[in-house]
Amino acid sequence: MRFDVVQHLPALQVVIPLLGAVLAAFLRRGIVAWGLASVVTGLMPLIAGGLLWQVLQAGPISYHLGGWPPPWGIEYRVDVLNAFVLLLVSAVSAVMMPFARRSVAFEIEGDKQASFYSMYLLCLTGLLGITITGDAFNAFVFLEISSLSTYVLIAMGRDRRALLAAYQYLIMGTIGATFYVIGVGLLYLVTGSLNMVDIASRLGPASAEHFRPIVVALAFLTVGVSLKLALFPLHVWLPNAYAFAPSFATAFLAATATKVAVYLFIRIFFSIFGIAVSLESLRVCDVLLALSVAAMFIASVLAVYEQNLKRMLAYSSVAQIGYITFGIGLANQNGLTGGAVHLFNHALMKGALFLALGAVLYRAGTVKLAELGGIGRRMPLTFAAFVIAGLGIIGTPGTAGFISKWYLALGALDQGRWPLVFLIVASSLIALVYIGRVVEVAYFRATSEAAEKASDPPWNMLVPILVLAVATVYFGFFTELSAGIAAKAAQTLIGGLK
Amino acid sequence: MQHVQTFIGHYNYFITIFLMVSGLYIVIARGNMIKKLVGLALFQTSVYLLYIEPGKIIGGTAPILDPAFKVYSNPLPHVLILTAIVVGVATLALGLAIVARIHEAYGTIEEDEIFAREAQE
Repeated sequence: MRFDVVQHLPALQVVIPLLGAVLAAFLRRGIVAWGLASVVTGLMPLIAGGLLWQVLQAGPISYHLGGWPPPWGIEYRVDVLNAFVLLLVSAVSAVMMPFARRSVAFEIEGDKQASFYSMYLLCLTGLLGITITGDAFNAFVFLEISSLSTYVLIAMGRDRRALLAAYQYLIMGTIGATFYVIGVGLLYLVTGSLNMVDIASRLGPASAEHFRPIVVALAFLTVGVSLKLALFPLHVWLPNAYAFAPSFATAFLAATATKVAVYLFIRIFFSIFGIAVSLESLRVCDVLLALSVAAMFIASVLAVYEQNLKRMLAYSSVAQIGYITFGIGLANQNGLTGGAVHLFNHALMKGALFLALGAVLYRAGTVKLAELGGIGRRMPLTFAAFVIAGLGIIGTPGTAGFISKWYLALGALDQGRWPLVFLIVASSLIALVYIGRVVEVAYFRATSEAAEKASDPPWNMLVPILVLAVATVYFGFFTELSAGIAAKAAQTLIGGLK
Repeated sequence: MQHVQTFIGHYNYFITIFLMVSGLYIVIARGNMIKKLVGLALFQTSVYLLYIEPGKIIGGTAPILDPAFKVYSNPLPHVLILTAIVVGVATLALGLAIVARIHEAYGTIEEDEIFAREAQE
């Protein structure tokens, strides 16, 4: 029997990085492990791109693992939404890989580098697995694969506080994952199925008789996944985890991990519950909107007062996740498009910003704002990228961030809630303050001691930063691949709603 | 009387929920990092019960294809929970490893002492 690669792409998307992780664990030399991780990561966007192309041509793909048909077997189900997220996660990781070599060699001891790449590949496996699977319990297993490897990645930070951050995240993350399992368990009790599509079709009839367990299941799933995606006020683990993890791990996690959790959230909301019961009767959207607005303001203000730049960007991430969940909470075509496209755009912008900080740490040895006077003049290209991505975070026209906020504002207007538009603009102004503060110090202060010896990093660190910064501008003008596909995904999700 | 019957009929679920809540309470209330992990393990373990209990049918056998047996217990929850047990063990092991490293780095595993030390620096 001939092995048809195209037919098995969904499985390869997860199996290749999983095997890569096992192989990397046996390697000794960091550079060899890095080479392996780069090759594996480099294959991922090709597979994801192939899947997205197939989905756009021929509709959703249903892959039956081991030949067992759903709902009995585990189904990998690829539609526009998760093909989009797969491509995002794999492409951003692939762009970041060249950066990893020097950054990891600088921040992690020689004999631990191979383990670092092994954990990174395992984390990637988990993230891609959550995204591609159509089975609710399988998603839990992948969630834990990615979480456990994330705890290790964070604990590998140089500072001893990295250990505390990893421990804190382990506690919170495990509570979140356990809440998720409880929710899935309740759904299984009510519907007798674990396949997401199957659950959705059985939930509607079941809801007449068992409405209460369904609401409880939704509550558990929402809280569990919200812990993972750091929805305010469940974000407490995130700032320290991002601040003390190795730079590459921070950039990778900020760009991908929370995005995948958001994807799972969208899946649960729209593809499982939204199809079966009307979301309005569950009254979750208003709660979500309120929490999102709180995140957009409170986390942004916290970012303004933060001295450690990595922590500042981490708080900014919490605020930006608020925009994404804001779009989910609007639950209409434009709002959801805005949420999904911000998921994409934020990954690019935050990736660029965290990589730039990684380069600063590599050259200047610190990311404390007070010690970085004049660094922008010393590292002109790195900081040019920082400013461009920063403008994207603010939402300046001409950057990707503007596109997301435009759709979010349209979504709010479609519901006739114009005060929400005002809130989007007002919270963006706070982003202007915290990004502006960095620009002021980096360009207009006297050159500090740490900045004196700094210069732009070597090309293999610089290119990923610049690519992501250029992408921020590119997707501010050409939105076919970002907003176009996000709108298609939103259309499918909204169209299925009851 | 009816309430008593409901309670006795579902006593296993009450035990499950009691374990679940006490596990979560320990995680939140205790400052000792090992005790927190014990609470976390209790919390996770109680979920295993939540899955397995409904799968049991009184008088049901294991799912063996034989004309002599008509009533089967559902085997799927057991399989799921086997996976969840592996995850739970891995989490606990990793948690303990991190606590061991924290003890090396700080000389204590009491959260308030560590935070006080961090605040001083």
